[in-house]
Amino acid sequence: MRGGLPLRIKDHPILSFDWQESLPFTFNGKKLKGYTGDSIAAALHANGITTFSTSLKYHRPRGFFCGIGKCSSCLMEVNGQPNIRTCITPLQANISVTQQDSKAAWPKNATNSFYPPQQKNVDILIIGAGPAGLEAAIAAASLGAHVLLVDENTHIGGQLVKQTHKFFGSKQEKAGTRGISIADQLNQQLQKPPINKRVDLLLNATVFGYYEDNNNKFYTFGVIKRKEYTTIHYKIRCKSVIFAVGAMENMLLFPGNDLPGVYGAGAVQTLMNVYGVQPGKRMLMVGAGNVGLIVSYQLLQAGIDVACVVEAAPIIGGYHVHAAKLRRHGIPILTRHSIKEVLGKEKVEGAIITTLDEHWQPIPGSDQTISCDTVCLAVGLTPSTRLLSQMHVQMNTIPEAGGFVALHDHTMQTSQPRVYVAGDTSGIEEASTAMIEGKIAGISAALSLGHTKKDAEKTRQQFIDELDQLHAGPFGQKPRQAKQRIARHWRKNYETL
Amino acid sequence: MKHYEQTGYLSIRDILIPSEQHLKKGVACIECIQEIPCNPCVDSCPVHAISMKDINAIPIVDYDVCIGCGKCVSICPGLAIFVLKTVDEKGIITLPYEFVPLPANGESVHALNRKGEVVTKGVVKKINKRDDTTVVTIEIPKKYIMDVRNIRLQKIK
Repeated sequence: MRGGLPLRIKDHPILSFDWQESLPFTFNGKKLKGYTGDSIAAALHANGITTFSTSLKYHRPRGFFCGIGKCSSCLMEVNGQPNIRTCITPLQANISVTQQDSKAAWPKNATNSFYPPQQKNVDILIIGAGPAGLEAAIAAASLGAHVLLVDENTHIGGQLVKQTHKFFGSKQEKAGTRGISIADQLNQQLQKPPINKRVDLLLNATVFGYYEDNNNKFYTFGVIKRKEYTTIHYKIRCKSVIFAVGAMENMLLFPGNDLPGVYGAGAVQTLMNVYGVQPGKRMLMVGAGNVGLIVSYQLLQAGIDVACVVEAAPIIGGYHVHAAKLRRHGIPILTRHSIKEVLGKEKVEGAIITTLDEHWQPIPGSDQTISCDTVCLAVGLTPSTRLLSQMHVQMNTIPEAGGFVALHDHTMQTSQPRVYVAGDTSGIEEASTAMIEGKIAGISAALSLGHTKKDAEKTRQQFIDELDQLHAGPFGQKPRQAKQRIARHWRKNYETL
Repeated sequence: MKHYEQTGYLSIRDILIPSEQHLKKGVACIECIQEIPCNPCVDSCPVHAISMKDINAIPIVDYDVCIGCGKCVSICPGLAIFVLKTVDEKGIITLPYEFVPLPANGESVHALNRKGEVVTKGVVKKINKRDDTTVVTIEIPKKYIMDVRNIRLQKIK
């Protein structure tokens, strides 16, 4: 224990955290202390509280899993309001937080004063202010379009704000720069005139539904903005829309996978790199793709022990250089190994791993017990596509892209006119390619509305070529195949478009 | 299936080993042997000693041209570059180190190989604290120059 803040990160090689300004709050009536900048969930976690709610049927404990507002296991009652996603809700002084047992009752002090909705008309609605959405906004605004950029989080940057490692790629795409610095650079570009006059930001807001509009020039969306545990509704009418909504963490089936202490990789990064809270003291990492390897290294940097990395495949899927960084710190990477079971009743108290044969079947008698207090799942992502489905955009299952995705052409155009996709939602890749796709989609959307500049189409072609170059190597094979399959479906359906 | 894809560490056969003469001069040894789309090392080199056919190619160092300045060590996103130099019976390695606390100048540290095993003792000669990646220069016995790739502090501070 260090200075009474056992799980708060004090020294970090890349990040600095400030533990000066504390905020008092209560959990189930008990007085606790958090810090300015905490989310409610991060503050609870730092106080050693791991159970946030219980499951509907068997009342099993639920902690937080995704940490980015996409799963439902951190729903709690805050100041009498139930179903608050505590992982993306900022902590405020003197709030009262209560554990929510399965279903919540309608709140006694419910207000509905913010309905009917406020209406906004914009040229381009961009959903998601991560690397793809930010680049799309900058590209479209540079050509003269007016953009509304909506994001669920309290900050822009999406997952960039927790990427403490330096990015790969080419110099044009900011290689050698840490993700956290790229988020700052993109923010600075947004603040510069004339971009700042053409981009409106709506943070803490969720685009929840698509609605038909009598005027077929417009698309209409419902947006809900959270403010002080209450909400404001917006009716947004836009001529064009870019989906840059990212992806969701995949789950793995094993007994105990729902126990508090089993986290998605994004949650682990959020806790330690955004909020400066150690997720645990000793982690078992599941998955040796780039995400699993990078997050394991970040855990070591945050002072957390990594028991080992298990990978079901016969080879390490991520870059060798990432694996080498872990190995030279003595962290074992066990290929052909999988997690079998998590031990513990209220939270993770250990795990059992097992060896797999060449048919991916467990070898009897090969079980090993791993001493750990947390398990991190880095077993891939699934594109977030539900709003696209609701709009009747043509979708298809493309395994190489991570699942169900919107069909799109090389300009990021979907089957609906003036509807574009960019980043992980168009197929799972990484931030460098998401940024390029964002630029392409931003230019395409602006062009579709008649906003143009000399050489705009040529610039777009350069980005398309750059994307092809990044996909040219052996590690680009999977995204390359994904895009080829998407293109085949596209040609079959829309040759005449 | 390549052995390092299963184990996560390279063997000496995977690396372009500098000659005795090159080691005396001091050169950058790049342990990046997969075709990944990445090229900041090429741009960082002041004497154009690192070349790549295209962004996915494997970087090749021309040891005759390399001056061992170490600029590429701190820029490499994969932390895969090490400057190796020999002076008489001593080996001097400049390596990336992204951890806290940093060792002090003159401090004795454990010198680790690619598997994280302690192989010898190292003495810290220089610390270059930078915005990109901090690099640490250590002195070890010459015979470990192709083995040692990491350090660990002897005392937990």
